[in-house]
Amino acid sequence: MKEKDQITRILATDCGSTTTKAILIEKRENEYRLIVRGEAPTTVEAPYEDVTKGVLNAIKEVEELAGIKILDGDNIIKREKSEGDGVDIYISTSSAGGGLQMMVAGVVDKMSAESAARAALGAGSIVMDVIATNDKRMDHERIKRIRTLRPDMILLSGGTDGGTITHVVQLAEIIQAADPKPRFGAGYKLPVIYAGNNKAVDEIKERLEKKTALYIVDNLRPTLEKENLKPARDKIHDLFMEHVMAQAPGYRKLMDMTDVPIMPTPGAVGLLIETIGKRDKIEVLGVDIGGATTDVFSYFQNTFNRTVSANLGMSYSISNVVKEAGLKNIMRWVPFHMDEKDLRNRIRNKMIRPTTIPSTLDELQIEQAISREALRLALEQHKTMAVGLKGVQKERTISDAFEQTSTGETLVNMLTLNLIVGSGGVLSHAPRRVQSALMMIDAFLPEGITMLTVDSIFMMPQLGVLSTVHEKAATEVFEKDCLIRLGSCIAPMGNIKEGQEAVRIKFDDKEFVFNFGDMGVIPLELNKKVKAVISVAKGLDLGNGKGKEVEAELEGGVVGVIVDARGRRPFVLPENDNERVEKLKKWIKALNVYPEK
Amino acid sequence: MAHSYTPGLKVTEKAIVKKERRLPLKGEVLVKVGDLVKADDIVARTELPGDVERLNLAGKLGVPPKEASSFLKVSIGDKIKKDQIIAESKGFLGLFKTSIPSPIDGIVENYSDITGMLTLRKPPKKVEIDAYVNGKVVEVIENEGIVVQTPATFIQGIFGIGGEVKGELKLVAKSPDYVLTKNDITEDLKGKIVIGGSLVTSEILNECVKKGVIGIVVGGIDDKDLKDFLGEEIGVAITGQEEKGVTVIVTEGFGQMTMAKKTFDILSKNDGKRASINGATQIRAGVMRPEVIVTYDIDTIVEESKHAEMGMDINSIVRIIRQPYFGAIGKVVGLPSQLQKIETEAHVRVLEFEFEDGKRIVLPRANVELIEE
Repeated sequence: MKEKDQITRILATDCGSTTTKAILIEKRENEYRLIVRGEAPTTVEAPYEDVTKGVLNAIKEVEELAGIKILDGDNIIKREKSEGDGVDIYISTSSAGGGLQMMVAGVVDKMSAESAARAALGAGSIVMDVIATNDKRMDHERIKRIRTLRPDMILLSGGTDGGTITHVVQLAEIIQAADPKPRFGAGYKLPVIYAGNNKAVDEIKERLEKKTALYIVDNLRPTLEKENLKPARDKIHDLFMEHVMAQAPGYRKLMDMTDVPIMPTPGAVGLLIETIGKRDKIEVLGVDIGGATTDVFSYFQNTFNRTVSANLGMSYSISNVVKEAGLKNIMRWVPFHMDEKDLRNRIRNKMIRPTTIPSTLDELQIEQAISREALRLALEQHKTMAVGLKGVQKERTISDAFEQTSTGETLVNMLTLNLIVGSGGVLSHAPRRVQSALMMIDAFLPEGITMLTVDSIFMMPQLGVLSTVHEKAATEVFEKDCLIRLGSCIAPMGNIKEGQEAVRIKFDDKEFVFNFGDMGVIPLELNKKVKAVISVAKGLDLGNGKGKEVEAELEGGVVGVIVDARGRRPFVLPENDNERVEKLKKWIKALNVYPEK
Repeated sequence: MAHSYTPGLKVTEKAIVKKERRLPLKGEVLVKVGDLVKADDIVARTELPGDVERLNLAGKLGVPPKEASSFLKVSIGDKIKKDQIIAESKGFLGLFKTSIPSPIDGIVENYSDITGMLTLRKPPKKVEIDAYVNGKVVEVIENEGIVVQTPATFIQGIFGIGGEVKGELKLVAKSPDYVLTKNDITEDLKGKIVIGGSLVTSEILNECVKKGVIGIVVGGIDDKDLKDFLGEEIGVAITGQEEKGVTVIVTEGFGQMTMAKKTFDILSKNDGKRASINGATQIRAGVMRPEVIVTYDIDTIVEESKHAEMGMDINSIVRIIRQPYFGAIGKVVGLPSQLQKIETEAHVRVLEFEFEDGKRIVLPRANVELIEE
């Protein structure tokens, strides 16, 4: 690889499950800027079954648009000097693999097995089955189940540290007898994560080390009252990223093409979010919604957290969003009356033809409705997982040890949150930027004052990996070409009577009033910041307490300052179908979200 | 950009089809390269370890796990018969002995002196795989299976449920847009694969199961009916394991969908011929689509289509795969290279599409698929 100061032309790709994106960055007049972007469908499907085909197609588009030669046949030209054909460096990220399906095993179904299931769900997996010593099944039935389900991974837990080892060893023996085989690749052993009684480690190793790829992590239930899911979840995450990446056909070929190791897409985006939080000393929530997975990143209380919801996405996983959220929750965001049968079929058709795009307004609105639920669920999942550093454990009393509801205090606080960064096809490619803003507001329900931004053309993954090799180039492109500032969002908490004055905003001798139940935009141009005085009605709270005035800095953007006076805690949509549609239409009109038909 | 990449499904009257036939575990391959095989021929076999039966030996004997093994009358690896006494406590002066009979025929696999559990294993089960299609063995994967090759009619569907079945194709639909009725599913369709038209409902599917129809190839199905038939919602599309008694292959998509004329014509031509079909679908990395295969005589000469390699071009025949006009087939008459604004206000690459009646529309390139000639 060349010295940093000699790098003047950078090619970077991101292989998503659905689309492969390529960007070309050049150093011009002493600064790095995005020149062009190309994309092509990801080619993991037959007859191609090779991610590099899609990569080459995306690069070809870059070649055409930029009018330069990068490819020599199927090879990327690496130039020796900083001139002529080719590029100086080629880097890539990938998430072309797909979802994650796991089995979990624990000694008692309501105790360690439930904790294990929570760890797996928290890591974004689908739990195919939970095996527990007291699940009333015969051993041979459990063994058969493990064999036929062929999970991607097994999480085994049970016993408190230092306690009796009999039961957890028994579970290991069941897994040993099942001799599970992974669905992919004959030469590869099924990963089993052991997160149980630390005293049983030797016995577990003896039974499982030869037959599986065994990983030992801290007990997820070290004592009856303590739950420590983080080590197990982190391990699932790490294995998932390795696993998903290596499964994409043609991945090895791509590895040979890049100048630095391929980074998993969520890892690369996370790096950027963490950098923003640390640098600007703010609380950040980032999201990257893809075809198969939705990744959420957060930086709260100086702690970075990342979750991959492995089965929430807009194409391959779209049907799972319906399954998880329920059709009713999706339909509530559709701003017209729609037949359930029709909606179901449309969603399924997107699943089976994942690379298609909405070509009518109705189709776009349906897709954006689904994205709200995918984003909402991904954030829910992130909240349960973002519970701070290792060692911050949920203490349980003996009484609630048997009645578990939540896993711990989440670090995610929508009120103290300063910045939301949205990325991924449905957000970055929304025809109007205000659509991305509204999708994020509806899904995340930010509280107080929050800045909304979106990745302009979906290039955060590439910039993330670039930041590891050339920070200057990554930062310059990120600031100038990637991050689009949409504007501040003002959303008071609480509920008052519909139509009553809710928010009064004053700045620059101007005053804006919004009633409860309404949404609106105050024009404020990009990069402009104003000191505003915001007062709220008695029953509402912007962070200083009910009815208390707030002085705050508002920032403009391509959308402007968005006021959301629809209420929080709870945010409610009308149950009645006609009323709901009317409301949605009203907000859409107020924010000028869609073209008039 | 003269042509564009479009993933398409194969619908070909004559193609060279290769099928890998692999055992789930290593075993014995029964044929060799060059052999001609029939679809039902067993080509490889192995033995799956038998089911495991676990016995709480220490508990039954009423002794600590560490001591229980001394009461075993058999050793690890021994063959055992059902009801054979495999452990016995000494009792008191030869009285009050506890005898433990084996619950199964099999072998003694393992004893754990921590849990006190004795693991017994039933005799291995035979697992055999057949050739699935008539053809010639072109490759042997040592100890695992073979690759069989044959000239065949090959049709890929878009979505399916149920695994491999073989049977006679029976044209029941009167036209590609025909909707099957309950009366169409007659007793004589037992063991056959029905060629349907544009829609199959859960009622018809249940009727197929009742009448012993083993497979159905159809244009569309409502998602609601699929859910009703399966009894559950499909979250992630990984199918093929369903054991509902009938394999379903959907060629176009969800909803009522007229079967593509070409698909319907090819299937109609094969009415009465024996086909091998598989509903297994995986919509994820390494997509797997359901298929219908009707083999030809091994010496049939096949000229492989080059269309898939070439991508989409002017005059390519394509199918629209998204609303509106979902399922319409026509020809590409323009491929403008500049991005164009569509109804959603998105700027995308588009193509100009001509319907069979000459009407033209502009739509995103991503929303068509190439139909292979």
